[in-house]
Amino acid sequence: MENRSFVQRLIARPEFGPLVLLVVELAVFWGINPDFLSPQNISNILAFTVELGLIALAMTLLMTSGEFDLSVGSLFGFSPVLMWTLYNSGVTSLEVGLLIALVVAALIGLVNGWFVTQLKIPSFLVTLGMLLVVRGTALFITDGFPQRTWSAEGSWLANILVGDFYVGPFRIYASLFWFIGAAIVLGYVLTQSRTGNWIQAAGGNPNAARARGVNVNRVKVGLFVLSAVMASLAGVISSLRTSAANPNSGTGYELEVIAMVVIGGTALTGGRGTIIGTVLGILILRVMRNGIVLIGVPGLAYNIFIGAIILGMMALHSWLERRHQAGT
Amino acid sequence: MAEPLIRMANIRKSYGRVQALVDANFHVNEKEIVGLLGDNGAGKSTLIKVLSGAVPLTSGDIFIRGEKVTLRSTSDAIAHGIETIYQDSALVTQLSIARNLFLGREPIKPPRFLNRMDQEAMNAVARDLLRQVGITKNIPPTTPIGSLSGGERQAVAIARAMHFDSDLIILDEPTNNLGVAETQGVLSFVRSARDSGHSCIFIAHNIHHVFQVVDRIVVMRRGKVVADDIDPKKTTVAEVERVITGMSDKEIRDAIADGRDSHG
Repeated sequence: MENRSFVQRLIARPEFGPLVLLVVELAVFWGINPDFLSPQNISNILAFTVELGLIALAMTLLMTSGEFDLSVGSLFGFSPVLMWTLYNSGVTSLEVGLLIALVVAALIGLVNGWFVTQLKIPSFLVTLGMLLVVRGTALFITDGFPQRTWSAEGSWLANILVGDFYVGPFRIYASLFWFIGAAIVLGYVLTQSRTGNWIQAAGGNPNAARARGVNVNRVKVGLFVLSAVMASLAGVISSLRTSAANPNSGTGYELEVIAMVVIGGTALTGGRGTIIGTVLGILILRVMRNGIVLIGVPGLAYNIFIGAIILGMMALHSWLERRHQAGT
Repeated sequence: MAEPLIRMANIRKSYGRVQALVDANFHVNEKEIVGLLGDNGAGKSTLIKVLSGAVPLTSGDIFIRGEKVTLRSTSDAIAHGIETIYQDSALVTQLSIARNLFLGREPIKPPRFLNRMDQEAMNAVARDLLRQVGITKNIPPTTPIGSLSGGERQAVAIARAMHFDSDLIILDEPTNNLGVAETQGVLSFVRSARDSGHSCIFIAHNIHHVFQVVDRIVVMRRGKVVADDIDPKKTTVAEVERVITGMSDKEIRDAIADGRDSHG
């Protein structure tokens, strides 16, 4: 088993399938429209990619622990609305508004975690309920209208979160570094740290983990909080970049994020997760969304491709899993 | 005589009106393998669940080396040196051998605030332990449990109990669904656990497996311990079967004949 060649080991990795798919995608889009790899287009893809990506990174850990969170899209819309409402009504500064939005998100994550771990209700139902509560609240406090925002340019908060600069012809947002930082930290947590071992055990066999003294409930609640805070932060970053706070923004993101995580090779049933795979999954879906528009496929056909990718990747992962179990 | 390692005195356990254990008395000495036998519903599983902290007892006392203890949970029992190995539930199949061995007690590399597991140390210990329990095949400690055979999984669970110095290792049906060679492997792991100073409780439906490995046989019937000092070297399988069923030789022969008639 130890004598397997480097190529065999590479192919056996769950990230190999997504990597091949991404390369094929890039090659096809670039072949049809060379503008696809223009600096401007790459900058465009990256700007929005990292915002959804932050949510997907946290979701990877949560799904590895055997749970998932459908309320992230609604938090993506709610948190900037809360921050701007507090600021516009003169109650707080923008910075304090952000802090309050993050704390409220953390509390929402805590409630999700409490329902799932203490009342033993499946996370699907708990977070579906929370999605409606949070989205409903955002619509209620804004009467359904976008919040008035000013151009946040110049404030230090906007600068550290979404300040942009040029590296050669590429326009880079500061949020890209937040995303890279989060990917490194969470990748480290999952693969190197003791907490990562507990997360995987909580998803793989919670009873065995409990018997070894691992506090499975605390691990899961912590990850619900992380997922909510990351979704909130992503929403604020997006609203600062676009100078808009719409109570409806983020609708449907939860499923897109879960798709990114699953395409990357994280098991929907828990126990196995990969941050590198998720980064590839994020890029696969965002590149697809951008690329099919660029090569002239109607944007409304986007979901057909996404659905096909999910089905194809699931088939591949299940085939690899069976090969792996068979010890070949 | 010295205090036994574990002593359970007058244990009662009822589920509603059903009495699963009725004043059961049971003990395990140091460095001893006890075979716990009984028909379905005799109370073996309940007794083991009480001892492993999985279910609370209704009344009675548990002593470890003469000291009274209360076992509220499985982690409580593990902290007291009692490790239970169920057929499949004790390991996380997605994690590697080394990560399973150290689950919940992972060694940390300095600086501690980075919370980083010392994976080299974990792998080295795992490699060593696998050799100790007699796995001669070259299995890397980074192999996920999911790709091991049933016998190898039992070996990993036994190795873990040995490494963390559990005084008592409870094996619940460890030879179920195993092939002949794998069963012999598990039996030899049990012997090596005893030889390195651990006590074991061995529960199995297959009395022949029990005879091969245990020092003493305890039999339960209808929630009670009906025999607790059977020496497997001085008795036969048929005699033990009689104690388990509570029937005489003739009654057993008649029951078998009845079964044949009704099937034939």
